[in-house]
Amino acid sequence: MNRDNDKGKILIKRSLIMAGCKVFVLLLIILRLYYLQVYQADKFKTLADENRISTRILLPQRGIIYDRNHEILATNIQNFQALIVAEQAPNVQETLDAFKKIMPLSEAEEERIKRDLKRNRSFVPIKIKDNLTWEEVAKIQLHAEDLPGIIIDEGLNRYYPYAEIMAPVIGYVASVSESDVKDDPLLEIPGFKIGKSGIEKFLEQKLRGKGGILKLEVNAYGRVMKEIEETEGVHGENVVLTLDARLQQKAYEAFGDESGAAILLDVNSGEILAFVSTPSFDPNAFTQGLSQEQWNSLINNERHPLTNKAIQGQYSPGSVFKPLVAIAGLEAGAIKPDTRHFCAGKMFVGDHPFHCWKRVGHGYLSLVEALQHSCDIYFYETAQRTGIDKIAEVARRFGLGKAINIGLENEKSGLIPDKDWKLARYGEPWQVGESLIAGIGQGYVLVTPLQLAVMTARIANGGYEVTPTFFPVKNTSNIKKINVAKEHLNIVKDGMYAVVNVPGGTAWASQFVYNDQRMSGKTGSVQVRRISLKERQTGVIQQKDLPWKYRDHAIFIAYAPADKPKYALAVLVEHGGGGSSVAAPIAAKILKESLILDPVSHNKSIVQ
Amino acid sequence: MYKPYETTFRGQKLSIKEKLMNISFCYVLFICILAAIGIVMLYSAANGSWRPWALNQLMRFAVGVGVMLFFALIDIRLLLRYAYLFYFGTLFLLIVVEITGHVGMGAQRWINFGFFKLQPSELMKIAIVLALARYFHTSSLQTIESIKGIFPALIMVLVPAGLVIIQPDLGTGLMLLFTATAIFFVVGVQLWKFALLGVGAIICMPIAWAFLRDYQKDRVLTFLNPERDPLGAGYHIIQSKIALGSGGVFGKGFLKGTQSHLNFLPEKHTDFIYTMLSEEWGMVGAVFVILINFCIIAYGYSFALKSSSYFGKVVAIGLTTNYFLYVSINTAMVLGLIPVVGIPLPLISYGGTVMLSIMASFGILLSVYINRHIQFGKE
Repeated sequence: MNRDNDKGKILIKRSLIMAGCKVFVLLLIILRLYYLQVYQADKFKTLADENRISTRILLPQRGIIYDRNHEILATNIQNFQALIVAEQAPNVQETLDAFKKIMPLSEAEEERIKRDLKRNRSFVPIKIKDNLTWEEVAKIQLHAEDLPGIIIDEGLNRYYPYAEIMAPVIGYVASVSESDVKDDPLLEIPGFKIGKSGIEKFLEQKLRGKGGILKLEVNAYGRVMKEIEETEGVHGENVVLTLDARLQQKAYEAFGDESGAAILLDVNSGEILAFVSTPSFDPNAFTQGLSQEQWNSLINNERHPLTNKAIQGQYSPGSVFKPLVAIAGLEAGAIKPDTRHFCAGKMFVGDHPFHCWKRVGHGYLSLVEALQHSCDIYFYETAQRTGIDKIAEVARRFGLGKAINIGLENEKSGLIPDKDWKLARYGEPWQVGESLIAGIGQGYVLVTPLQLAVMTARIANGGYEVTPTFFPVKNTSNIKKINVAKEHLNIVKDGMYAVVNVPGGTAWASQFVYNDQRMSGKTGSVQVRRISLKERQTGVIQQKDLPWKYRDHAIFIAYAPADKPKYALAVLVEHGGGGSSVAAPIAAKILKESLILDPVSHNKSIVQ
Repeated sequence: MYKPYETTFRGQKLSIKEKLMNISFCYVLFICILAAIGIVMLYSAANGSWRPWALNQLMRFAVGVGVMLFFALIDIRLLLRYAYLFYFGTLFLLIVVEITGHVGMGAQRWINFGFFKLQPSELMKIAIVLALARYFHTSSLQTIESIKGIFPALIMVLVPAGLVIIQPDLGTGLMLLFTATAIFFVVGVQLWKFALLGVGAIICMPIAWAFLRDYQKDRVLTFLNPERDPLGAGYHIIQSKIALGSGGVFGKGFLKGTQSHLNFLPEKHTDFIYTMLSEEWGMVGAVFVILINFCIIAYGYSFALKSSSYFGKVVAIGLTTNYFLYVSINTAMVLGLIPVVGIPLPLISYGGTVMLSIMASFGILLSVYINRHIQFGKE
């Protein structure tokens, strides 16, 4: 019985110990509740919201690009796409088969659809086909009953009405690639397109706008339950460029099948009216995504449609460099306005012969006549006496030798050589003969067509330092004057007038008169290979008999009207043959059209 | 106040009326509060609907109250007399389930009686308490303290626990073992034997690990590191903590628990109902539920202390411990303190068998209380 008492006592003692343990466990649980629900509550509230709130970005509309007359150069057009929502289709395969009867699907497309269907939950719309025409949309809607689960969705596509004509300026948009800087959540959206070249790239930030934010509540399976809040985005800004689409089109067409570039400037403001590079590419194809085939044909084309020749092509200027050599000679006192030189067809420096393009020689020539006939001997003499450093200094004043930075990618700076450059580059002193070669715009001298247009505008406007731009210039009064004597410029301009308007001028054949207005210009033909002694002896080979890539580049710089210039133009035709025969006629067409339309005088329509 | 035990002589039979008057109404009230909370939460779990869970649960609770009253009114001496019969009957059912379970596919834990499914493992939780209580009631302290005397009791525990674990139902099996260990502890088995058992368990751990099913191993590993598999097994623990933690002090409000209603929280009407409750009612609600449970457990102890029979004391402590294990394992599990084992929160989680077995054990506890003055020997 004593033991039984002990038995009872132990039971009481032990059960009280155990009760204590239980209280301890329950306290531990309350402590844990405190830790999770009070101490860590904020962390878990954030996690809970991350769980349930799905943020979607609403795409802003990209800004529209206009020309100076409010002609649309780049815009957004509706893009209809057919989507399938698997859970709304009783039988996905049946729906797809019915769709194929209306509109054929390629095997690759079908595979992609099936893959997307497998990868996504059944309520996620999967793209079947996009860029549907109105007729196709109507057809799908007509057969809606046989197509359960198919919905038509409307998006926006970038569209360029002028296609390849404007492509070198406007550029194109395409999907964001790995290498793009992702400074905006918009860029993370699959299928979002950004400017990849041209103005589209240059003004990307302005054109893009800001994405809106849509906050949705989703359940654990990702299904949208309700909309929580919507923040409106900002559409991209519209942009007006100085281009005149009519002139651009005219200029583009004037090239025909030729490869080259043309830049038309307002001589007083530097506004770019036309900016052509041919051949070009269709930016609309880029926006929709190129096939490998299309890409290869662009890449392998020997005329380089993807190269913007106006700024990325560097060429020897040839004879169009002569006006600057003339100014340098006059400033250096190497020649006087009335200096005459005798051209015998060739001259010697030491025992090295230098040839004029005219083998029989021009005889005695004044400066104006030398420009008119583009006599090489006259400019050999002038360059020899002036020296390369002076020539280089004048050339730079007129905009050569350095990139202008008009905003398009990969602009080249050209090259204006001088003695220091040669020493630094080759470790050799400058040779006199090299000055002669530079005097006719060959040798080391390299320019871009855009630089030639700037040079022409600066000569034409009486020595104002205009800079080319795609954006309207409101105030021209702050454009600086170049340090150049009026008389010197006038002599050069007389020469350029004679080139076109005096019989015997190298571009005489391209002269025109419109409303008593004429054009002045200067031809240039640039050898792309050395003329051998044998060829000189056997006589001139006709350019058209040479393979295309061995023909001379044809250049023509011009402005109009000759007496009171408004428009400056540079035309370069790659391997065109002769400046007078190929480039000048193209220039004449463009300038005449400029005078007819005269956009600079009808400027009121430019509104920012 | 009418105090029947003072007028009736000790050791004699109580009338039905006397028994009813002696029910601890506070105890029943706490049980009803928890059941009501459970029904309200099931209403919320169905996004504010009586179907499919809340109404069923209400009906089960009603049946459960009947079961509780039935056991409350049984004379405790009958429980003592039939304790072994009940135990062996339940053990037989467990074996039947084990055999048919192998015939059927995979884990079958119940016997289908048509209108309800009987889970012998649930019954065993009660049967083992009654059987051990009877065994120790009849043993002397000497027997209890001797290895030979404790051996039959060990067998009585290990056989059903083993059967349940190989079903496989690790959670229930462990609960059986824990409950039994608690009884061994309170009746006075020496502490060094528990220490020995503990050392033995640690040594056996690697062997036991080898016997665990893959999903059981997964649960343990996932508990140790939930981020191991955030979309798979770890998902439950992570989502439970997010839902619970985001509830804060006062909760998101009735029917407004985003994580549970958007289905981020799995099993919100069964094992994880406490998480949902904590999300909607915050720490205030969560602690309230713990406090009510504390009261129920405290009353269980007071029943044990007031009982004048050794059998009654052990039964009360055993069943209360069983209930405590349900509550603590479930809450610790959803709070990420222990691995996810399939243990529901009694009275609140949706589920018929647990409701009925737990109400039966409450009934027996009440019976211990009602018969607290009845003394009886070792028979």
